Amino acid sequence: MTAALEARTVRPQLARDTWNVLLRELKPMVRDPFSLIFSLLQPLVFLGLFGPLLVAQSGQDLATTLAWFVPGVLVMIVLFGTGATGSNLQYEMMTGSHERTLVAPLSRPALLIGRALKEVAPIVVQALVIVGIAMIFGFRAHPLGLLAGLGLLAVFGIGLGALSYSLALATKEHEWLFWGVQQSLIFPLLILSGVLLPLDGGPGWMRAVASFNPVSHVVEAQRALLGGSFGSSEVLWGWLAALLVALVGLAVGVRAIRKSS
Amino acid sequence: MPSDTVISTQSLTKRFTVKKTEVTAVTDLSIDVRRGELVAFLGPNGAGKSTSLRMLTTLIPPTSGGASVAGYDIERDPSGVRSRIGYVGQGSSGSFSQRVRDELLSQGAFYGMGRRERTQRTDELISSLELESFASRTVQQLSGGQKRRLDIALGLVHAPAVLFLDEPSTGLDPQSRANLWEHIVALRARYGTTVFLTTHYLEEADRYAERVMVMDSGRVIADDTAATLKANLAGDAITLTLDEATHLARASSAVERLAGAGAERRDDRTLAFTAPQGSALLPRLLRELDHEGIRVTTATAVPPTLDDVFLALTGRTLRDADKTEPDSPETSNDETRTLEGSTR
Ligand SMILES: Nc1ncnc2c1ncn2[C@@H]1O[C@H](COP(=O)(O)OP(=O)(O)O)[C@@H](O)[C@H]1O
Ligand SMILES: [Mg+2]
Repeated sequence: MTAALEARTVRPQLARDTWNVLLRELKPMVRDPFSLIFSLLQPLVFLGLFGPLLVAQSGQDLATTLAWFVPGVLVMIVLFGTGATGSNLQYEMMTGSHERTLVAPLSRPALLIGRALKEVAPIVVQALVIVGIAMIFGFRAHPLGLLAGLGLLAVFGIGLGALSYSLALATKEHEWLFWGVQQSLIFPLLILSGVLLPLDGGPGWMRAVASFNPVSHVVEAQRALLGGSFGSSEVLWGWLAALLVALVGLAVGVRAIRKSS
Repeated sequence: MPSDTVISTQSLTKRFTVKKTEVTAVTDLSIDVRRGELVAFLGPNGAGKSTSLRMLTTLIPPTSGGASVAGYDIERDPSGVRSRIGYVGQGSSGSFSQRVRDELLSQGAFYGMGRRERTQRTDELISSLELESFASRTVQQLSGGQKRRLDIALGLVHAPAVLFLDEPSTGLDPQSRANLWEHIVALRARYGTTVFLTTHYLEEADRYAERVMVMDSGRVIADDTAATLKANLAGDAITLTLDEATHLARASSAVERLAGAGAERRDDRTLAFTAPQGSALLPRLLRELDHEGIRVTTATAVPPTLDDVFLALTGRTLRDADKTEPDSPETSNDETRTLEGSTR
């Protein structure tokens, strides 16, 4: 009965292998969707505690403040969730399951691209939950703008996920190094993007750095899209920034996974 | 290579550069393994067992030399090799967050198996490795022995021509080890898969392997059945106790004549010596001594272990070699093991 199986030689195929890697990566999420909701705790805390502060400080009403703040929280989900996803790969590298996939007849780039594509699923689910909760408090989003905004987050997330996996591949079994680098990049990127506090009143150098920070452009585009303005230059810059992050992330990641052993 | 040869290596060599000094992990490995054999690499930590396996499974390229595995050249056609082998590394193959059944199904998909085929095969392996009650648990909820059984199932999903196992039983309690081995032996009998494994447990190599390759400092220093290695290299340890101390000198020279080995005095009436096929020699020796009027009150013959073989080959016992080896990459493996133990 094994004779039929025995003769088979399987060749790597980028598209098929990416699909199979993606399906495998989605399984834990499908089996245990509550883990996704659980990891929303942090953005919800920001929304619940930072929101009132912002209202008090700006003197604007809640709906206006949410229209400014919620897009930032959505980008934050990507930064914190997707930015940390490399730690899963790192753990699989340490335990041996990554090695097993390297011995399978899979296209190496597929191992990375499939993983990066999977990031879209948690991003979309979590973003919708956050938007749903914010709507209870008076937040309103343009429906098509929301759709486009999710697309923007997805593209940005694929890139950031790929970068996070690259960092895991580069730091190998050194967990402390992964987290050290990750944290020291994520926080400056976050603060220098105007997600939590507007940078308008900040020093000039901060605004200069922010203009090169892809996260700023993604946040501003996200605000424009959720507000229903599709044609603004912020939207264009946001898409360019997200696409750039995705391209650079995938290129760096594919290089890293090819060298993995 | 002959049609029934599944692994053939020619002077396979691997050197690593660590902090500008070169370490030769494997030197001139030239071996042939026939279809259906169960071969064990036996050697202390750092001997080069994992490195050999990692070259044969295309994880790392050799520095020089070459090999073909399951009909494909490891360097010219690594994906050919990959599609025809199963590999169970030193760590755990299943991802901590995945369910047992899901991992087996995904693995089937990775090897190009259709939905029906991989479902059938998954069910079959879950039952033959007795994983039924854990099939919908996640890997992190399994015990060490259960994880190892899953690893073997993962290695067998696509019915590989060769299954490589790197220290399959290390870190398991004696009962799980015995259980794991029962499974390995049964699966091999069932599927006829060639099994190539590494171990530093003498008893396992002795008991289960049909062929033992003793490895030390990157070289295979012996390659045969455990029985032949022991008979040729180590010999039985014979102890004779005589009725009278005055006979000791004459008995000693009789031993030297018949066994060709010098006898050691244990006390004033006891002689000890080691001789190849010693137990076969014993009756003749006893007759000879009797003939000379020397009475033997007790005689024991202890068969050798593979540790005696290792001692004869290297001048150290395997246990000592394991202790003295400065095992740099093994430390990370130890970390892996403790990590696996903790759930996350
Ligand atoms: N990736 C590596 N980099 C540097 N040295 C290595 C590497 N892997 C193994 N070695 C060295 O090669 C030798 C053989 O190691 P290994 O094959 O792991 O032995 P074993 O599996 O028999 O315990 C050891 O001296 C080890 O330090
Ligand atoms: Mg090893």
